[in-house]
Amino acid sequence: MTDVQTVPETQPGNRLRAHDLSLKYGERVVAENLSIDIPDNSLTMIVGPNACGKSTLLRSLARLLPPDRGSVVLDGQDISRYPSKEVARRLGLLPQTSIAPDGITVADLVARGRFPHQKFLRQWSTDDDVAVKAALDRTNTTELASRFVDELSGGQRQRVWLAMALAQETPLLLLDEPTTYLDIAHQVEVLDLCAELQESGDRTVVVVLHELNLAARYATHLIAMRAGQVVAQGNPKEIVTPELIENVYQLRCSIIDDPETGTPLVVPAARRSVDRVRQS
Amino acid sequence: MSTEVLSPPVAVNDVRRRLVLGLGVAAAILVLLMAASLAFGAEHVPFGQVWQALTVGGTDSDVIVRDVRLPRTLLGVLVGSALAVAGALMQALSRNPLAEPGLLGVNAGASLGVVIAMAYFGIGALSGYVWFALIGASIATVAVYALGSAGTAGASPARLALAGAAITAALTGAISAIVLLSSTVFNGFRAWSVGTLSGRTIPVVVQVAPFVVIGLILALFLVSSLNALALGEDAAKGLGANVARTRLLGVVATTLLCGAATAAAGPISFVGLVVPHMVRTFTGPDHRWVLPYCLLVGPILMIAADLAGRMIARPGELPTALVTAVVGAPVFVYLIRRRRMAGL
Repeated sequence: MTDVQTVPETQPGNRLRAHDLSLKYGERVVAENLSIDIPDNSLTMIVGPNACGKSTLLRSLARLLPPDRGSVVLDGQDISRYPSKEVARRLGLLPQTSIAPDGITVADLVARGRFPHQKFLRQWSTDDDVAVKAALDRTNTTELASRFVDELSGGQRQRVWLAMALAQETPLLLLDEPTTYLDIAHQVEVLDLCAELQESGDRTVVVVLHELNLAARYATHLIAMRAGQVVAQGNPKEIVTPELIENVYQLRCSIIDDPETGTPLVVPAARRSVDRVRQS
Repeated sequence: MSTEVLSPPVAVNDVRRRLVLGLGVAAAILVLLMAASLAFGAEHVPFGQVWQALTVGGTDSDVIVRDVRLPRTLLGVLVGSALAVAGALMQALSRNPLAEPGLLGVNAGASLGVVIAMAYFGIGALSGYVWFALIGASIATVAVYALGSAGTAGASPARLALAGAAITAALTGAISAIVLLSSTVFNGFRAWSVGTLSGRTIPVVVQVAPFVVIGLILALFLVSSLNALALGEDAAKGLGANVARTRLLGVVATTLLCGAATAAAGPISFVGLVVPHMVRTFTGPDHRWVLPYCLLVGPILMIAADLAGRMIARPGELPTALVTAVVGAPVFVYLIRRRRMAGL
């Protein structure tokens, strides 16, 4: 595996790229002339303040939101030109708004990730069984397999959803705020899993994340967005600076080394010191 | 929380075996009920004689078995499977556990078609209603779909349900207006709108069968997409399902199924609502099992209700729709109370 820390910011061969995107929700322009490259085999995290367009960008990368202008390029071709199931065999998405049907078991929910691999006359195959077992195993949910999804805890449920996305067996995996509503322990659990996925093979994982410090700890490639624009991207150690955080979040802070990992840790300025700054 | 109260690990294969077995049992029950439906009624015909009447003929019971009981039995199979599968489709597409074929204005459209056939085309025979009912159902569906998907938001389940309620109200008003103008039409409509399998002939069966069969094939074709759609629109698109096409084909299938069933038997309540719920308590929410089960359990309920209607009030009979309502309502209340609404 290549050392992901040294992947250049734009590499012509990357599997997933966005070129000159203009994104709109109805009449509201969310982003204009947005271009990004997702480095292959990276754990890319997209951060930014609320409504900066990060989730919109992710939806667009997953061809859920067709761009107004520009294009998303998957494996060298405009993503909108692939059959929908073909995209789903290369790129998996875990949206924020998934619904577990009442009375569904964990095994059944995970099995639904096999949809793009199934044909009308072959609704189930041994490949499917193998993929589901592997996904359950990977996410530590094998012992939950016959439980109902509605009786699981939030952390367990999120692992099950990740298992469903894994059962899809895609080299690219996009996760939209997978840690929302989880306590810190479960957030770490989910992000550890993302890191394992990225480290263990040819998988590129893209995560939209709210938690800046966790993003800086886990990301091999960080993309900081503000108002529909990419402000900075690269290795968190190189790009996370007080200037960047102030620019992106309008927040004064100091940056220290994470005592556990040496990654940048953002410490917001206390109100008193902010006052002092304002007076000066 | 202790782990003992939770379901024990069951091998996936055991679940599949149980579901296949259940399908076999349901098929056997259906065959037995069909035989009973041919044999029992105001006049009891022994099974041997039923068989002879069907195969070679020449018995005293030829007329009863072939011309009276065979069409109503076959129609029971068609109408029962059509309504149950349409109900399952509606509930899946609208994400509304209370959805039933009436929801999208399909039944109201079919009824208006029948009323127009009676009032303005002087048609009094059942076999003449089918086309009118189908056209009425289609127009209502198109109207609901157009109204529900107007604007930029697209055809969301809630918008479709609202549009269905609005169109149903308008159509029901139109039906009343036409029916109340003429006593002939009123009487004809009253007889049809009771909802029954009795008095139907083989030509009626032959006429509606193709619509039901096409609707059922279309529905079975959609099962995996419905499974994907059940996870939410974004997740379904992420899995590569074509959400818009699934909704459209689902609505087309529902229209064919409900239009044909309503034309042949009149409006029959509760089958489309209750059967999918009964089925899901056994199969869980996987549509690859729910729809095939509906295909068998719908006719079971329909024929059992028809048979009960014949046996209870001998030598007269109760209309099928009355029995399905009497049986369906308590079953439905029981299902709701027993556990939370089985999933979609």
